[in-house]
Amino acid sequence: MKSTKDIAQLLDEPACEHNKKEKSGCAKPKPGASAGGCAFDGAQIALLPIADVAHIVHGPIACAGSSWDNRGTRSSGADLYRIGMTTDLTEQDIVMGRSEKRLFHAIKQAIDTYHPPAVFIYNTCVPALVGDDINAVCKSAEERWGVPVVSIDSAGFYGTKNLGNRIAGDAMVNHVIGTRDPDPLPLTVQRAEIIIHDVNLIGEYNIAGEFWHVLPLFDELGLRILCTLSGDARFREVQTMHKAEVNMMVCSKAMVNVARKLQQKYGTPWFEGSYYGITDTSQSLRDFARVLNDPDLTERTEALILREETRIRKELEPWKTRLKGKRVLLFTGGVKSWSVISALQDLGMVVVATGTKKSTEEDKARIRELMGEDTVMIDDGSPRALLKIVHDYKADILIAGGRNMYTALKAKVPFLDINQEREFGYEGYQGMLELVRQLALTIESPVWEAVRAPAPWRNPPCPPLLKGGNAMEGVCNG
Amino acid sequence: MADILKRNKALSVNPLKASQPIGGSLATLGFNRAMPMLHGSQGCTAFAKVFFVRHFREPIPLQSTAMDQGSSVMGADENVREGILTIAEKSRPALITILTTGLAETQGADVHRNVREFREANPEFADVAVVAVNTPDFTGSVETGFAATLTEIIRALVPDAKEAGTYPGKRKRQVNVLVNYMLTPGDIEALRDIFEQFQLRPVFVPDISDSLDGCLTDEDFSPVTIGGTPLSEMATLGDAQATVVIGPSLAKAAELLEQKTGVPTYSIDHLYGLKANDALISALAEISGHDVPERIERQRSQLQDAMLDTHFMLGQLRIAIAADADLLNAFVDQVQEMGAEVVAAVTSCNVPLLARIPVASIKIGDLEDMELIGKANKVQLVIGNSHAVDTAERLGTPILRAGFPLYDIIGGYQKTWIGYRGSRQTLFDLANLVINYSHEEIPVYRSIYGQKPASELTDYPLSCH
Repeated sequence: MKSTKDIAQLLDEPACEHNKKEKSGCAKPKPGASAGGCAFDGAQIALLPIADVAHIVHGPIACAGSSWDNRGTRSSGADLYRIGMTTDLTEQDIVMGRSEKRLFHAIKQAIDTYHPPAVFIYNTCVPALVGDDINAVCKSAEERWGVPVVSIDSAGFYGTKNLGNRIAGDAMVNHVIGTRDPDPLPLTVQRAEIIIHDVNLIGEYNIAGEFWHVLPLFDELGLRILCTLSGDARFREVQTMHKAEVNMMVCSKAMVNVARKLQQKYGTPWFEGSYYGITDTSQSLRDFARVLNDPDLTERTEALILREETRIRKELEPWKTRLKGKRVLLFTGGVKSWSVISALQDLGMVVVATGTKKSTEEDKARIRELMGEDTVMIDDGSPRALLKIVHDYKADILIAGGRNMYTALKAKVPFLDINQEREFGYEGYQGMLELVRQLALTIESPVWEAVRAPAPWRNPPCPPLLKGGNAMEGVCNG
Repeated sequence: MADILKRNKALSVNPLKASQPIGGSLATLGFNRAMPMLHGSQGCTAFAKVFFVRHFREPIPLQSTAMDQGSSVMGADENVREGILTIAEKSRPALITILTTGLAETQGADVHRNVREFREANPEFADVAVVAVNTPDFTGSVETGFAATLTEIIRALVPDAKEAGTYPGKRKRQVNVLVNYMLTPGDIEALRDIFEQFQLRPVFVPDISDSLDGCLTDEDFSPVTIGGTPLSEMATLGDAQATVVIGPSLAKAAELLEQKTGVPTYSIDHLYGLKANDALISALAEISGHDVPERIERQRSQLQDAMLDTHFMLGQLRIAIAADADLLNAFVDQVQEMGAEVVAAVTSCNVPLLARIPVASIKIGDLEDMELIGKANKVQLVIGNSHAVDTAERLGTPILRAGFPLYDIIGGYQKTWIGYRGSRQTLFDLANLVINYSHEEIPVYRSIYGQKPASELTDYPLSCH
């Protein structure tokens, strides 16, 4: 089990602006009125997209049983990550102290059956509480079978999803990154006139394959992505992340500890950006050129941006008139608010309020920058509070995570799913087309009128001729 | 009859099992104005919620005692009491269930004491029923968690006949119906219709057809369940003419209900296939004293006709089934009634029912086990939940989606499987899967003396519909 000191250290993130504040930690979740995942949830979400690794959840069934095969993240090849693996601990294991032994054999079984390049072990509440030494088990399993076995000590009760992201990032920095050098650049992809730069993306999950909208642009510019942590990644790619010339933190600070530690250990500079929306996509590409300090790259990047922006703005034109002025309530968790705000503003939509429960102080500052000082920031994400804001601010659509989808639909409010389980990709210039299509699809749908109107026999306008009849009284009262 | 093959590997691969807290939550969600609260870390609830939302496509009321590092180590009594109080204050539900998780049980929580403490400290919430159930996820499955929770709810909320003055048959037309986890909202609706045709008034306990049936209400939002068995009905169970119990997993709940009320129990394993439904209809005829209505007779003969039509596709079909015991038993009966063979039977945990399921062996395991056994036995069709879709693909067979969870289809939660009509639809679905799926055909043979045009001599891929 992690000690309170370990957890305090993970919570202490110097790369966060609000870190200077007194260390009160996050507000304690209130029993009976809490929402949100746990540290295990966060750790698993952060690393599961590494597609060729055997991901073993060490715990009784609920942790893996309710969550495996539950993400929209896509792989271009390997698909071991979609196989759910758990030690499925029984009462006997726990009472008799046999869970470590089971884990040891489970690792062997995974290696024997699937021959993965590495095994990741996610620790959960019960083994953490009974004191399983998973670090020791992982170490001896690795020695015994010669396959890297990485321990990710992420018991749910350690804290929030965000903490779980950091635990996951920490494990990568300490045990995986730096254990292999990148392959030499093949001659076939070298171009005489340009320098190929090695870069990383951190916190990009390739939901619904959306990063494949952006990846071709990297190829065109001559940016080799050593690894995206962790969308469509492979273990051998994660190993090489230390060799990048620059790291980009995508969309959120969830794994900012990775970027910071890579800077500390290897001196790699990093910047923050997003691929949601035209403005942010262009800015992110520009930032690569800026940090890499390659004038030729800058020039080619500007040309590419000009070409792509012109093209996409033309394609978006017909949609813009349909969406312009529509009012959005944005309540997001994983994908951070500010990055989506810019995408919506690109379309001429009005963001009336945004959720900031999981945003950092810096995220909030950025939101203020984008939306003005008096923007409504929502901390209370309860369904009732959200619906109240939808009504008070006359929002045309709620954009939120899948968990809130049925809250919106039951209240007959148009909805767009923005979280990791979604089935559509919105990144890059091309992703904007999918975004507008999905926005228009729900906002303009004829079903809203159909479900909001009462049945024809309810509250009909009272026909004057039928007045006075007793039977009609009840009907026309409403 | 069946040989029970116990788990013999360390790692569970592609788990079939859903946890006890999931089952306990589902049972709770079948009561009106109810709120389940899992006693564990926040993630326990978050995962369970996502699980249900994906299956039912409904908002799901579910809360957490939100155990953190401190309370996990030092004790979480306060979390339970505070959680109950918060829910009671915020939404004043009719029923709160406290369902323990592996974390709370490993820690040694005593939720029953916590409930008593809450009662003493907060008499103002005496009208809010609070039921605590031990449902750790390191034992049992969704089936046992559901059954245990229903048992505890009956224990807490059904008054003893002596004290309450209830007696069997006081309400001549009322029949209590205890339904297990495998009945969908669509099933319960269909079952209600069958009871009503016998002029009976069924009281379903629990009733997810009223709470999780995908109904659009005038209300924007409700923090607790809308619909489901009203708690007030629990006091009337003792006055019923009879209790019909569907599912062997509810044996203990049924026994307790009979013990408390004296109302006679009719136990029925399931309602899949001709024989099973004959048992139900005979029981209803007996309880009601009415003849079997003509409409039901007609549905019965429709099912018989469908059995004739589909036996060509289903006879000797080698089927793999992965399901919890009650559901496994139901499908085994239904497909064996058609002459199909169950060549791989996999279930999530050991329960007494398994021993009497009429197949050679039952493996307690996961979807990987089904895949391996299925492959060895040349399976032709898979019955399982949405997780088994990939398994079926690897086995090269069609799949009939059934059980929990169903997240890759719309309306799976609403499908009606039971009764003569539901059974007939299952046969059609199975037969269509067989017809429309590529199957082994006789390979083309071309004579060396043949005079077919030269253009035909290239090897075309064999067409499969």
